[in-house]
Amino acid sequence: MSGGAQDQAVRTGRITRTFIYVVLIFFALFYLLPFFIMLINSIKPLPEITGGNMMSLPNEPTVEPWISAWGSAQIGVEATGLKPYFMNSILMVVPAVAISTILGAMNGYILTKWKFRGSDILFGLMLFSCFIPFQIVLIPMARVLGTIGLAGTTSGLILVHVVYGIGFSTLYFRNYYAAFPTELVRAAMMDGAGFFRIFWRIMLPVSGPIAVVCIIWQFTNIWNDFLFGASFADLDSMPMTVALNNLVNSSTGVKAYNVDFAGAILAALPTLLVYIVAGRYFVRGLMAGSVKG
Amino acid sequence: MPFLDIDNVTKSYGAVEVLHRVDIGVEEGEFLVLVGPSGCGKSTLLNMIAGLENITSGTISIKDRVVNDVHPSKRNIAMVFQSYALYPNMTVGQNITFGMEMHKIPKPEREKKLAEVAKLLQIEQLLARKPGQLSGGQRQRVAMGRALTRDPDVFLFDEPLSNLDAKLRVDMRTEIKKLHQRLKSTIVYVTHDQIEALTLSTRIAVMNKGYVQQLGTPKEVYDTPANMFVASFMGSPSMNLIPATLRDVNGVVAAELTGAEGQQIMLNLTQNGPNLRSYLGKQVILGIRPEAITDADGVDRNAKNTQALRNMVHVTEPAGSDTFVETSLSGKACIARMRADVDVHAGQPFDFVVNMDKAVVFDPATEDRIVD
Repeated sequence: MSGGAQDQAVRTGRITRTFIYVVLIFFALFYLLPFFIMLINSIKPLPEITGGNMMSLPNEPTVEPWISAWGSAQIGVEATGLKPYFMNSILMVVPAVAISTILGAMNGYILTKWKFRGSDILFGLMLFSCFIPFQIVLIPMARVLGTIGLAGTTSGLILVHVVYGIGFSTLYFRNYYAAFPTELVRAAMMDGAGFFRIFWRIMLPVSGPIAVVCIIWQFTNIWNDFLFGASFADLDSMPMTVALNNLVNSSTGVKAYNVDFAGAILAALPTLLVYIVAGRYFVRGLMAGSVKG
Repeated sequence: MPFLDIDNVTKSYGAVEVLHRVDIGVEEGEFLVLVGPSGCGKSTLLNMIAGLENITSGTISIKDRVVNDVHPSKRNIAMVFQSYALYPNMTVGQNITFGMEMHKIPKPEREKKLAEVAKLLQIEQLLARKPGQLSGGQRQRVAMGRALTRDPDVFLFDEPLSNLDAKLRVDMRTEIKKLHQRLKSTIVYVTHDQIEALTLSTRIAVMNKGYVQQLGTPKEVYDTPANMFVASFMGSPSMNLIPATLRDVNGVVAAELTGAEGQQIMLNLTQNGPNLRSYLGKQVILGIRPEAITDADGVDRNAKNTQALRNMVHVTEPAGSDTFVETSLSGKACIARMRADVDVHAGQPFDFVVNMDKAVVFDPATEDRIVD
């Protein structure tokens, strides 16, 4: 989609246009408001929150809550802050996203270019996994993790998320590759390239847009997951989301709202960053194949 | 044994047989064109030669080696696809050398071959570009370049010109023909365009509904079509197929037709064999090419048997180089191809001359041409 798209947009009158912008700005502010409140309260000293107005700007801005949330807040029994759990999340998310994306790409490649008897049915079955609620698999998954000795470990969490993520990543890549000309694969075959060579040299280099979609989707889901983290992780492998819950729901001491706010933003930051960096590819990837480019 | 031997090959998908006992031998250096309407099985046959589709029964062998179970890359063939199938992420140079790279040919040798092929196809200045930056004709050249680097025993072309605009198609057609003349390579070429088939080939296999209808030189296929399908498929405008009754006129077989106004017309046939005589008194289909019906000045000077007939002109269509004149014979619209400046007017009778040397006769029941 190049500059031509703008010229082809439906022309609307000035009044309509103004109206559209006013509505859009209103909704943008509406959605930004909670984030704004989190942000300003995370840089206030605690007395300013408890004694004053949530909406007011800070009188004496401070980064103390952020430092505390990151490095010294009481989580569970230890005052470690969110730092170690942030690392736990990273150690879980990166391999889980990478593995599920690669497997999804491989599945998509096989399901479109190396079809076999029943491959469409298999794809249909894999799609089911997109619709299975998390809660249903908790107990069977716990049994499985226990049996293979991965209960309470980061590796166990990675396995759970990979298993759950394959459905979606396969769906993305299969539909993307379905529009990919089979003649190219045949040409590569005649050129003497094998199964992996075709995948690596021909398919993957043009999979950028859909890979971005898949990575954003998996990253957001896995990073934000709470249920699996709370169910299958122990203290050493607990992800950020669970730690944040423990921080906020701590029942001892004074409730440090400013630290809670800072912690919540810290927990949301990576997904936010991923969207900002790769967001424009997200839309592009979702639209890929719909219009002949 | 022929260089490329397609021996009794059939193809079925489940219970449906889409190719029926195809038997074609291609000699070294031949340019075979498989032509037919969509769904006739020509691309399937090509893919079977390429190894992209399984062979249900029969054998295909190249250079006396049965290749039924040989992987496509090991058959020593190269294929040019309809969509060109250039790898979008690679430059033109990489596209052309990819096959050699896969076959582990050392880099200096690849570079040498690339330069050679690029020079031959005049694409030297394009080597660093990506396929997306090329025009249709340039992509076509690159696709051919990729095939050329392999020095294959057989080149396979799958409708390579159908994505080009009309003018470029004619240019590329000539280039493919020149390339064939220069390289003396063996080519199997699939197209649905009968003009491509006639201009390029040394031999044509006309296919329909999974059967090879006729296998022969362009001249054989055009002048003596095996049946009514081949007659109407090859040539544009297609051959006039006119119902007629055969009569004996003084020892010569003549076709009796009715003109546009119900008048009786007798056309003496050149053909007078015993087989044809057995149809005397019966209804047949007379096939006459549009260019065999002209005005008196436009008659082929070498024609021995020309017959005049006066008939009403329905429509004239000047087409620049020719004028197409529509009349009707035995109730069927009938096209004549005349010189551009012929003096002919719609709604008036005109004196046509038919070159009966070129006329053929078909059995209306079997639709086969009556030989002898």
